[in-house]
Amino acid sequence: MATIQEIVTKEKPLVSGHRMCAGCGIPPIVNTIIAASDKPVVIANATGCLEVTSTIYPFTAWNVPWVHLTFENAAAVASGVETALKAFKKRGKIDTDVNIIAIGGDGGTYDIGFQALSGALERGHKFMYVVYDNEGYMNTGNQRSAATPFAANTTTAPAGRVSFGKPQWRKNIVEIAAAHRIQYAAQAALHNLPDLYNKAKKGFESNGPAFLAVFQPCTTNWHYDPALTVQYSRLAAETNFWPLYEIENGRVHINFKPKERKPIEEFLKGQGRFKHLFKEENKHIIEEMQKTIDEEWERLLKLEETGVQI
Amino acid sequence: MAEKKGWQELMRGGDLPPATALENKTGSWRSLRPVYDPSNCIHCMICVAYCPDMAIPIKHSEEGVVGKGGRIYKGTVRLETDFDYCKGCGICANECPTKCITMVREE
Amino acid sequence: MAKLKAFTGAQATAEAMRQVNPDVVVAYPITPQTPIVEFFAQFVADGVVDTEMVPIESEFSALSAVVGAAAAGARAMCATSSQGLALMWEIVAAAPGLRLPIVMPVVNRALSAPINIHCDHSDTMGTATLGWIQIYSENAQEAYENTLLALKLAEHPKVLLPVMVMQDGFIVSHGVETVKILEDEEAKKFIGERNPDRYLLDVKHPYTIGPLALPDYYFEVKRQQEEAIWAAKEVYLEVGEELSKLTGNKYPYFEEYKTEDAEVAIVVLSSAAGTAKEVVDEMREQGYKVGLIKPKLFRPFPYKEMRVALEKFRVVGVLDRSIAFGAYAPVYTEIRNALFESEKKPKLQSYVFGLGGRDIFKEDIRKVFEELLSNNVDSQTQKYIGLRG
Repeated sequence: MATIQEIVTKEKPLVSGHRMCAGCGIPPIVNTIIAASDKPVVIANATGCLEVTSTIYPFTAWNVPWVHLTFENAAAVASGVETALKAFKKRGKIDTDVNIIAIGGDGGTYDIGFQALSGALERGHKFMYVVYDNEGYMNTGNQRSAATPFAANTTTAPAGRVSFGKPQWRKNIVEIAAAHRIQYAAQAALHNLPDLYNKAKKGFESNGPAFLAVFQPCTTNWHYDPALTVQYSRLAAETNFWPLYEIENGRVHINFKPKERKPIEEFLKGQGRFKHLFKEENKHIIEEMQKTIDEEWERLLKLEETGVQI
Repeated sequence: MAEKKGWQELMRGGDLPPATALENKTGSWRSLRPVYDPSNCIHCMICVAYCPDMAIPIKHSEEGVVGKGGRIYKGTVRLETDFDYCKGCGICANECPTKCITMVREE
Repeated sequence: MAKLKAFTGAQATAEAMRQVNPDVVVAYPITPQTPIVEFFAQFVADGVVDTEMVPIESEFSALSAVVGAAAAGARAMCATSSQGLALMWEIVAAAPGLRLPIVMPVVNRALSAPINIHCDHSDTMGTATLGWIQIYSENAQEAYENTLLALKLAEHPKVLLPVMVMQDGFIVSHGVETVKILEDEEAKKFIGERNPDRYLLDVKHPYTIGPLALPDYYFEVKRQQEEAIWAAKEVYLEVGEELSKLTGNKYPYFEEYKTEDAEVAIVVLSSAAGTAKEVVDEMREQGYKVGLIKPKLFRPFPYKEMRVALEKFRVVGVLDRSIAFGAYAPVYTEIRNALFESEKKPKLQSYVFGLGGRDIFKEDIRKVFEELLSNNVDSQTQKYIGLRG
């Protein structure tokens, strides 16, 4: 297990001066992942929070080769970069090996970039896809995505007199990625950087595509105090709302099992997007949420226990 | 900021040389300021790792620095916050295990 | 020494790609483009080329991956038609903005709806303002030569822009012709190697490609792009000169066929120009002073040269194989534009023909010439050829 000390001493591929919101967790996620690479990296970034705030012309916060094309195609662009790398190696035009990373938010991954992602995983390009998951279209002001949790209040699926927010549960992107029979897919979170580092390392070392979903609380659109970003990530894991686990060769391994699982209210309270759930008439929604979280956790435990391949 | 360049002076295709954002001092965003008390610091690097603005510099120190309990902390140690970039989010203060950082309102 | 081969247009294009042996080819099927990538896939399967080929999951991803590969420093190609080009639209606009040299053969096909697999030019005309150099080919021979020319043009340091090389769906892409193919060595020497001045896989020299540019910089980046596409106009002739030494053919902005003493002329792109030339020949024999102009380089459009060429005619008919709904047809629009500065404008007539693969016959073109000769024209009315009343 890497230590925080080891992580912080690595050179930063993403430098100061970017315009991510105060209290955004994306930079530590990016820098930790790239710190885990023992080779130079090339980044293909989907349109989204990270892209717009890291490269407002004439400023770029990237100290590594970086390309952005559009919203829905980071995986396809990375496929092209990886194929170019293969061609260059074959033709003797390059002597360094490179790790290729595609990175996007949940909108660019679960939704609009889903096809390009699936295609790239299926074709087996050697690259790592990273989603920083802030559970909605946060760059454009909190619209609902397939990653938005049940009952969250977003601007396109708002809570109102006859609505409690998003009626659906989120898409299980990690299992979907693993179902492409890739060697490595994992779920990580901002608060546990050594775990994220290890997962990134395994991803880079895997033979073929790897997939990493990283929980990234959004102070701006989840509406909480920016100092609490890491805290909300921790609570997501401690409530089993966002379990830390990995799927290696189809087999689930859980990286963190809370000794005593905290009730989901611990995670929900203080977040503006869930404020409406604390009204008397919505109590049953929280109960329903808790029930699903517990069932999902049980299912995950069973997957780990039985070693059934995804 | 330097004068904006004309179209003939820009790099082709909107490309940019690396890490030019260092010229963009985001410290002006700050409304709260982290006040760091080195005498209570254990140099655990938690604040450094989580800082969204990479605004807590570190150095390697063989001789070490004095921290919590008057102990000498050797190896990687943190320095004063880089206020050129610190946006004052307060993650460092919130995550610090020894509570050696306090957020105060900017003057 | 050239070799003669019986090739379809698609095969001729694939043959040019074989000689190029790109680093990366990305393939997605769409009628009538599909045979290009099929022929090429067979070259890969047989080890005739050592290109890395990616059979991808959509046209959108196809061009995205090609952009990724080109940004990484590779020579990368894909090909498309119609709906595929429409699906790519966002990347079609982005690729020239990033100044990446990419060559994409496009086999022209009508756009939905109604769905139709046959030839017209509405697909590429719809992308004519997005920043790609566009070259239209009359036949398989031109499709082959233009593909090689396009590669050298795209990669020229003054240009660095993507190029579409068009051929007519089925009429050219699936019709067999005798095509003169350069010796591999000649072709390879002509195109040379791609030597980008910067590329992503040069990891020791990192840079950012594709940043966000807001109102304070976007305009400047775009102005620079505009400069490059106009620079391509000169470079097109230079590269054409060089290719001409190998093929013996000429690469002007547009072909002028029997125009020297012509009173009337028609302007038409691609395969229909072949049919029109036969009509010109026949009518010339009968003493009519008719001629033809076939644009080849459509973007950048050679306005000045076109004006000079057109000024010698009394009447000009412009035949478009696409409609620009609610506007003058695309080629006609450019011809009108070209003549704005003219002191001796010919009379003009716009014709739309051949939508969705509707055949155009020699007698149709003859009727057009007769109409032009009789001065029965109106520059503000669009006429239709081969349309039921």
